[in-house]
Amino acid sequence: MDKFRMIFQFLQSNQESFMNGICGIMALASAQIYSAFDFNCPCLPHYNLAYGLGILLVPPFILFLMGFVLNNNISMLAEEWRRPQGQRGKDRAVLRYMFCSMAQRAMIAPAVWVSVTLLDGKCITCAFCTSVPVETLGNTSHPSLSQGEMKQVLARIPCKEIYNGQELIANEVAVRYLRCISQALGWCFVLLMTTLAFLVRSLRPCFTQAAFLKSRYWSHYIDIERKLFDETCAEHARSFAKVCIQQFFKGMSTDPAAARCHPPRKAPGDTGEGAEKLLGITDQGTMNMALKSWHRCKPPLHLHPAALPSGNSWAGEGQPPTHPPVPRRETAAYYSWV
Amino acid sequence: TDHFRMIFQYFQSNSESVMNGICGLLALASIKTYTCFDFSCPCLPWYNMAYGFGIMFVPPVALFLCGLILNRQSLVMLEEWRRPQGHRKKDLAVIRYMCSSIVQRAMVAPVVWIIVTLLDGKCLICAFSASMDPKKFVGFANASLVQVQQLLAKVPCKDDELMRNNTSRKAVSRYLRCWSQALGWSILLILIVAAFLARWLRPCFNQATLLQAHHWSNYIDIEQRIFEETCCEHSRLFAHKCILHFFESMRQEIKLHSFSLPREGEGAEGKEDLLWGITDHDQVNKLLKMWYYEKPPLDVSQVTQR
Repeated sequence: MDKFRMIFQFLQSNQESFMNGICGIMALASAQIYSAFDFNCPCLPHYNLAYGLGILLVPPFILFLMGFVLNNNISMLAEEWRRPQGQRGKDRAVLRYMFCSMAQRAMIAPAVWVSVTLLDGKCITCAFCTSVPVETLGNTSHPSLSQGEMKQVLARIPCKEIYNGQELIANEVAVRYLRCISQALGWCFVLLMTTLAFLVRSLRPCFTQAAFLKSRYWSHYIDIERKLFDETCAEHARSFAKVCIQQFFKGMSTDPAAARCHPPRKAPGDTGEGAEKLLGITDQGTMNMALKSWHRCKPPLHLHPAALPSGNSWAGEGQPPTHPPVPRRETAAYYSWV
Repeated sequence: TDHFRMIFQYFQSNSESVMNGICGLLALASIKTYTCFDFSCPCLPWYNMAYGFGIMFVPPVALFLCGLILNRQSLVMLEEWRRPQGHRKKDLAVIRYMCSSIVQRAMVAPVVWIIVTLLDGKCLICAFSASMDPKKFVGFANASLVQVQQLLAKVPCKDDELMRNNTSRKAVSRYLRCWSQALGWSILLILIVAAFLARWLRPCFNQATLLQAHHWSNYIDIEQRIFEETCCEHSRLFAHKCILHFFESMRQEIKLHSFSLPREGEGAEGKEDLLWGITDHDQVNKLLKMWYYEKPPLDVSQVTQR
């Protein structure tokens, strides 16, 4: 379990490693979807080409875009690109680096789909069966058919059950021919992709290594900074909510409206630890009033500095101490939303 | 089980991750339900279309509603929308942001169902086989109109005696399936392009407002949770004090009525008596009866004053 935890932490620690993980999962998902997908060639003259090329090219495009959509860095990239300059300069090289690294990762799942499709052969067989060279492969002594009729017969090659052109050209011969071409294309594609990847990786250190290191560092920095900002905001919201709720409960127990029904039986300064923890609410009526008030009349988003723990950056931040507590509630709405 | 716990903790750490997790689970459940469902086309002229469209559109509605129900944020959003203004202003941008994020997540499972249905093809074959043009397919061109309707309606049923070895049936089936798959892939393409554009273009408009809306929607969620926790904590302490008070009053009553020798040496003041002076069968029964017939009032202000 320790190893698993370490791997998990390692993947989490770095946005790039996390994206590598997602990229691998998408590649596997792409192969799985292809095998689950029920390929169904229409076996009609013009539909074949459209269907075959569609299945070959549309899902890779979808997977490519999905690689971008699932990547959280895309909004980071767009934000960094569109933000006003302010006091921090913008570095184009960093943006280019982020975009390139995202695009490279997004290319893997489509490449897997195209390779698997070509190596399997069904797509190319379906798309190009009407272009099989009948003169070389077929039976030349067969009475010639018109062009349209020939295309109709050839279009049925992928559908063995309804193929009726056995005398023209044997089904196995045509399928074997098309499959051979498809697999050759598939292996060439795989070779091309791996060569490109190899060149990109190995040539890069020969040029611009220093600039590359700089871009990579600053792109990681932007990512970490954004994450820390989100965490700090969440932490702040939690502390804010805690203090807000505590003040709300305290306000309930000393509120004159509540006191009208249940006159406070203790002076505010009195009591033991029990009352402190009970936040001053000690009976059913007051509690009901508190719950009703929570819905009807939520407290303003404005914490009284006197109640804040010391060391909190909020303390003493711009709240004029001269305002008495009660009127502050009415004017607080102005300060509520940052 | 250790790594399940870790994965669980990772998802729990962030409420957005929880929602993403639920959304993914619903999508997987939707695929699994479709594969387990035993599709059986009625193969009768008008029933086909009703069944086909029903299976394609009714479960997505149910899945959408499930997605809304399972999402905790929808209740938080409704409450924020309907609450009276009170001391705290309402920000419509926050409510809009929450609504859009809830609806987006709830839409994933229905869309997955519809796309899987289209890519599989059975629904469309069932719904549209009776609407095919019989002249396009050799086997059906020669029959009378009524007969052709009946025959075409039987196309989705492979095992029907008329259809078992009919090549035209396979042609119709293949044709409809091709269209169904093309439609499925096209819809998926359009949705992905829309999602891509939305993600890419969003920071170009109003990024600052978006950050604020995101922060405050998170805050509202956290605040609601902390309020519930504080209430739980408070009610625990309240109950504790109430019950202590009850036992104490029981003990005093027993002291008043008992005739046992006063045991001064017991140090009733100093040592805490864990049995509260209730030491026999009858006293316990009396306490339990009292607890049922005369529950103490919900008021511990006297207790805390001591």
